[in-house]
Amino acid sequence: MSSTQTQLEARRYGPNAFGDDLRRFVNLTLTLATTDFKLIYFGSVLGYLWSLIRPLLFFSVLYLVFTEIFKVGQNDPHYNVQLLVAIILWTFFLQATSGCVQCLLGREGLLRKMRFPRLVIPLAVTLTALFQLATNLIPIVIFAVASGVLPKPGWLELIPVILLLAMLAAGTGMLLSVLFVRFRDIQPIWDVSSQILFYASPIIYPVYYYSAGGRGSKPPPHLALHGLGRALMANPIAALIAQARTALVGGNANANPSAAYALGGRVYVLIPLAIIVLVFILGVWVFNHEAPRISENL
Amino acid sequence: MTTTTAPSTLIAAGGGALLPAVSIHGVSKAFKLPHRQYHTLKERALHPFTTRTYDLLQAVDDVTVDIAAGEFFGIIGRNGSGKSTLLKCLAGIYDIDAGGLAVRGRLSPFIELGVGFNMELTARDNVMINAIMLGLTRKEARARFDGIIAFAELEEFLDMRLKNYSSGMIVRLAFSVAIQVDAEILLIDEVLAVGDARFQQKCFDEFHRLKREGRTILFVTHDMSAIERFCDRAMLLERGRMIMMGEPATVARRYNELNFGKTIHEASEQVAGQEQASEHRDAFIVDGWFEDTDGTRIPAIAHREWCTACVEVHFNAPLDDPIFGMTLRNDVGATVFATTTALDIGPSGHFGAGETVVVRMRFETWFTQTRYTLTPSIARGGMGADTIDLRADLASLVVHGGNFTTGVVDLPHEFQIERR
Repeated sequence: MSSTQTQLEARRYGPNAFGDDLRRFVNLTLTLATTDFKLIYFGSVLGYLWSLIRPLLFFSVLYLVFTEIFKVGQNDPHYNVQLLVAIILWTFFLQATSGCVQCLLGREGLLRKMRFPRLVIPLAVTLTALFQLATNLIPIVIFAVASGVLPKPGWLELIPVILLLAMLAAGTGMLLSVLFVRFRDIQPIWDVSSQILFYASPIIYPVYYYSAGGRGSKPPPHLALHGLGRALMANPIAALIAQARTALVGGNANANPSAAYALGGRVYVLIPLAIIVLVFILGVWVFNHEAPRISENL
Repeated sequence: MTTTTAPSTLIAAGGGALLPAVSIHGVSKAFKLPHRQYHTLKERALHPFTTRTYDLLQAVDDVTVDIAAGEFFGIIGRNGSGKSTLLKCLAGIYDIDAGGLAVRGRLSPFIELGVGFNMELTARDNVMINAIMLGLTRKEARARFDGIIAFAELEEFLDMRLKNYSSGMIVRLAFSVAIQVDAEILLIDEVLAVGDARFQQKCFDEFHRLKREGRTILFVTHDMSAIERFCDRAMLLERGRMIMMGEPATVARRYNELNFGKTIHEASEQVAGQEQASEHRDAFIVDGWFEDTDGTRIPAIAHREWCTACVEVHFNAPLDDPIFGMTLRNDVGATVFATTTALDIGPSGHFGAGETVVVRMRFETWFTQTRYTLTPSIARGGMGADTIDLRADLASLVVHGGNFTTGVVDLPHEFQIERR
């Protein structure tokens, strides 16, 4: 055997992000994700029922607080459904990303003892959050139907919205997880940043709050966002949530605009889309770069 | 672990020894130990121009070895000599800095068994997860499930959560999973320190079986008797470098010298310090040591070999029939053997002032493996048995090899079973 050949083998041999067997990669991600999902309610009396009951109870509280006490969006009869879908989408994003921050540290035992594609860990965290999102969608349907929003083909638009959000969450998660190995400050930084992101996105308030003078109780007759409002709308979370609300409820375009309408044209939708793709690529690139040394840097 | 760089059938075809199962060529691995760890962005921002200084710990330094398919290869070395790092590089956990590694065939690491286990889950779930982590598909894992549980002898505890398992049970389970993965190459890092004696024996039997089947095994341990019993070849690492490779028994001996070589020097320094006080006595003990049959001083000896305990005595005054005594104590301080010249040869004769003698006591080492110390003494003959000089634990001897039993001695013996 020539020494160059050996050299090549060595390069392939160390730990890396992707591994060399796609099937094993998928198998591992699924196994880790399902185990984590199982463990969420493991040992509780009601078991899996909790994954339905918990969001249902949680939504009831939110519904009461925002529609009866704060009276947000009271002019929109389906504001409650919009609020719920926005909340569960945000909950998914937050669970996935904040779960990713310390996920490599949490799996230190595995990382230090076994050879497996490193990327599996943050992806499994994202997937577990996605499973939870799926169970949360069931009470959403119940709430929607109960408040008079009937299922329609437009609901299918939620699928690409969720996939894009998952892509953003995975990209952010990869970045956070691998940066945390180097800088432990990622934890508080992300705690604060995610809070800012939450209040900067139209989750508990309607999209028209972004327009100048739009903070009244009534939506403007013609929605046009300028300056900061429009910039905030380019945030992928805001765009995706706006789109999800329209897809689920529809109604008055000025009160409940689609991402394209709020941004002032279909072309501008490319901005949040580009951000999602860039974050994902950056996440993969940084993770791949750091992967061989994760086990010794931890 | 599908890092097959050559089809595994190639290895199975063995005979002509096509390619070594594991090739290690000039492998080096260093860890950077920063003098000051900049773990936060703030520190980084406050000291942007501080160059990061660090110590380079060369854990593995230019190690080259080819391990043939079907070989049982031992890696020994003291703590921190780099054996585990080397194994982790082979297992694909650490990236190497220089050199080349090639592993041909599926590899199963036995490194800190059971780390992938989740204490909240049952044995059933954990076995499946661990098997998949080790590279099996879900289907393969299911097919081997019964075999794994049977080997671990945990059939009754299948649906118990792992947190209620004893640590021995967890290791048994982990070992069973790792062994049932059916890897061609096994990396075993001191996993046998746990588990009861019966299970240990079972593991060794299993290793034997795998060896007969032509699997390649890399074995890291501190147990020299295991090295001598199982390995075809062994390698000794010290500070990351390979300092010896060859016959297991020879390498094991060298390892013991590395470990216990110091003891003799330390002991003689102690003696030097005490000489002053002893000089006024009628006789005093100058030195004590152990020798092998060739008369060379030794720090360690293999079980069942002949060994000589020696004591050098100087007489300041003439003495008639002094009694020379020797006591051997084990590591917990229990006296395992004591004898005197009075018991053995009777009167020792006359010794004049200024005379120096060496007393030798030859014995066959039937002791079980551990450290023993020699306490020589000299006493006046007669009824009083008045001790003139005694040096507690003056020399030390490590016995290695032999059966690992709980007894203090491992006597030659034979069993007989007679039916009536």
